[in-house]
Amino acid sequence: MQAIVLYISQTLALIQKELLALLKDPSSRALLLAPALMQTLLFGYGATYDLTHAPYAVLDQSRGAASREITARIDGTGVFKRVATLQNANQIAARIDSGDALLVIVFPPDFESRLAAPGDAPMQVILDGRNSATAGAAAAQVGSIVAAYNQSLGVESPISIVRRAWFNPNYESRWNLMPAMIASLSMLQTLMLAALSVAREREQGTFDQLLVTPLTPSQILIGKAVPSILIGLVQSTIIFLIILFWFRIPMAGSVWLLYLGLVTFTIAAVGIGLSISAISLTMQQAMLYTFMLIMPLMLLSGLLTPVRNMPQILQIATYVNPLRFGIDTVRRVYLEGATFADVAPNFIPLLCVAAVTLPLAAWLFRHRLS
Amino acid sequence: MTGLTVSADALTKVFRDADLGDLRAVDGLSLSIRQGELTALVGPDGAGKTTLMRMFAGLMTPDEGSLRVLGIDVARHPQRVQDRISYMPQRFGLYEDLSVQENLDLYADLHGVPISEREDRFARMLEMTDMARFTDRPAGKLSSGMKQKLGLACTLVRSPDLLLLDEPSVGVDPLSRRDLWKIVQQLVDDEGLSVVVSTSYMDEAERCAQVFVMHKGRVLADGPPGSLREKAGGLTFTAETPAGTPARDLQARLIDRPDLVIDAVPQGGNVRFIRQPGADEPRMGDLLDGIETSARPEELEDAFMMLLRQQEDEAPASLAATRPAEVATPSKDGKPVIAVRDLVRKFGDFTAVASTSFDVGRGEIFGLLGPNGAGKTTTFRMLCGLLPATSGHLEVAGRDLRTARAQARARIGYVAQKFALYGNLTVRENLQFFGSAYGLGRRALRDRIAAMIEQFDLDPEAKSGLLPGGYKQRLAMATGLLHQPEILFLDEPTSGIDPLARRAFWRTITALAKGGVTIIITTHFMEEAEYCDRIAIQDAGEMLAIGTPREVRDMAGTAGARDMNSAFIAIVESARAERGRRAAA
Repeated sequence: MQAIVLYISQTLALIQKELLALLKDPSSRALLLAPALMQTLLFGYGATYDLTHAPYAVLDQSRGAASREITARIDGTGVFKRVATLQNANQIAARIDSGDALLVIVFPPDFESRLAAPGDAPMQVILDGRNSATAGAAAAQVGSIVAAYNQSLGVESPISIVRRAWFNPNYESRWNLMPAMIASLSMLQTLMLAALSVAREREQGTFDQLLVTPLTPSQILIGKAVPSILIGLVQSTIIFLIILFWFRIPMAGSVWLLYLGLVTFTIAAVGIGLSISAISLTMQQAMLYTFMLIMPLMLLSGLLTPVRNMPQILQIATYVNPLRFGIDTVRRVYLEGATFADVAPNFIPLLCVAAVTLPLAAWLFRHRLS
Repeated sequence: MTGLTVSADALTKVFRDADLGDLRAVDGLSLSIRQGELTALVGPDGAGKTTLMRMFAGLMTPDEGSLRVLGIDVARHPQRVQDRISYMPQRFGLYEDLSVQENLDLYADLHGVPISEREDRFARMLEMTDMARFTDRPAGKLSSGMKQKLGLACTLVRSPDLLLLDEPSVGVDPLSRRDLWKIVQQLVDDEGLSVVVSTSYMDEAERCAQVFVMHKGRVLADGPPGSLREKAGGLTFTAETPAGTPARDLQARLIDRPDLVIDAVPQGGNVRFIRQPGADEPRMGDLLDGIETSARPEELEDAFMMLLRQQEDEAPASLAATRPAEVATPSKDGKPVIAVRDLVRKFGDFTAVASTSFDVGRGEIFGLLGPNGAGKTTTFRMLCGLLPATSGHLEVAGRDLRTARAQARARIGYVAQKFALYGNLTVRENLQFFGSAYGLGRRALRDRIAAMIEQFDLDPEAKSGLLPGGYKQRLAMATGLLHQPEILFLDEPTSGIDPLARRAFWRTITALAKGGVTIIITTHFMEEAEYCDRIAIQDAGEMLAIGTPREVRDMAGTAGARDMNSAFIAIVESARAERGRRAAA
């Protein structure tokens, strides 16, 4: 009993020291809050596939009522902004090439007459495919405007598709991206924090002083991991609150489940960070290793591109990536309102990563030769 | 030419720091340094030696006053001065991945030394530094003594009009130190080079033509060593240690009476001391009752200690403050506290420690001595459990600390070579953390912290990283002693602290040993070996000598009679010659 009390009090002393050392420094204190705030706002406003003010040009060779009506409807959506009205087909290429216009809409000279006659009346939409996601969205938007016009003419196509996007009714890419930020932005910081924690002590010589105390490797591990986990969770919370109250993305699931997922995910991330830290002799080394790791972690996470679009071998590789399961858990709980049973499979790889990296780090504390 | 290489008038340099306030590193200092001579700047840590050197070299501009180097106003034309001087900073910027030859080539390129002159110059430098055999070796693989010599060679790839050396012998063992000085002396004699060197070794200052004693940014005294020495004239004596007691007991007795004795250090088994000029005769008689004393010639070190002690008198005495409380004596069962048998440590195919055996008894002060790279730090780290041994048997307090259960480590204290506490925590926060890590209860922790803060005269709310060097060392000691360990490990604890602080430090150590604490200490100040009960001298991983300081001096023969420094050089050199013969045979 006494041994347990001693174990806990020693470990608490180490946790307290770690937090004190981190929070006493005004510059490192600012570093804990500012990046999370700034990056969340940046991503919220900056990173979007949504169409707003998409520039387009019109070449209206038919000059009839129908083409005017369709153009007016396109202008009226607020999504498109007409940047030019072209006079002949030779002007099209220049507009697209220069990037002035994302799309050019062409009404052929016989558009009006064919519309009046039975059969098709094609109009042409030329898109800048260099930006495939935005171009696709623009094409779909134009398509639905034309469909609406068709309907107003009383032309009923035999099958009409009625789209309902669940969990994100307006297809806002912010909804998709922002909840993922709760996991990915805070991971950047916790990984770095954990990676520097032991390396800093080795570099400054304080680690020897720590190793000659009666603290066991498991105590040092807990003492090093807990502060990083706490700070990671604080960061996640900041991002979560911004998303919920500033960007007003409605939260569908349980906050408890969200945090259970975040805690598990952060532990796995800290395990990786501490392992990096335990093999590094200097802070510079630790930082290099971390940067080397962050890119693949991000790319193989499903943050920007879905995991199932990746080649088979890379899909397998994503199983050791805690970020993949962190993001998935957060997205599903946040947007879908998934229950524990729904996301339970995500916890298995996360716990596996933690179960390997944390003991590895503890072992390396004493066995890394210097 | 005026015959002056440097003339400074009312020179002042102030460092402004938001946390520490203003620090007047150099404070209205005036001096003139003559041409073609070897000039020393001596003084304790923080006296302003390095700042002054950097101003000479045009790397820092003075805030007030005027400074002319080689007749040029440095502040206005730093480049013109730099074209004509060579400056070797404390840590010379060698490129560790480049070989010795590539480093020389690089510095010759940087200084624009013509190709035609290089061959002669390089040959001369390599010969003087005795490094011709190592031209292909990467600089990073050299011992620190050799690195320092290479640094000097790189500094001297061209012939300067003035050579500035900033503490060239810090952290360099006696042998390398001797070689380094041989080179400098040769340059002064042969080429009439003007050299300014800063140092904390008095025997080095003794070689110079002119010595400036600096303290707190000012010159306390200056002159040739001979005239400085006279300040201690008639006050210097040697006291003979009564048979059967260690010299350090007598030394402690003397140094504890600052009203009568200015300074006392053990040397050659006896104690050399300086009397206070106005010492009360009857009291002096009481103090030295039953002890044989004899007058001895005064040395520069005596004068230096006197000058410093006079300065110190204005401030509270640092010595009394660090006197430790007695430690509870552990039971003496006669068994060795540390037992080492055939200890070996290899790094790849390099043998850092070769088959080493020794015992250390309870309450002993055991000193590990050796040149840089001799294996003493490796041995030390294995004892503390920070490094696994390749083979052999090792017991500290009955256990191998590396594999022992954590609580065994609670019986030892450890003071690292460089400051190894948390710099951005306060003194109290550091003590609280380490106390808790050692498992002290709430009450014991409070009492022990209060005791340590009082004993070492620490400010509990001061930020540890901003403490001056001597106080950092006190905090490190306080941390090491917080949990009242049976064994205290000290790795070069006195390098980089000034002589007064070193006296105070050793007073703490000797009192601890008297209280029954076993002390393991590494040092490269050979005179400090005299405080030890037994010492071991290592070189190239091998144990060359082990025994009491007297036994080791006797082993060195006539060379060892004078002091430990000469004994050390003699022992290491004869062992190296022996190894050379064996290799040749």
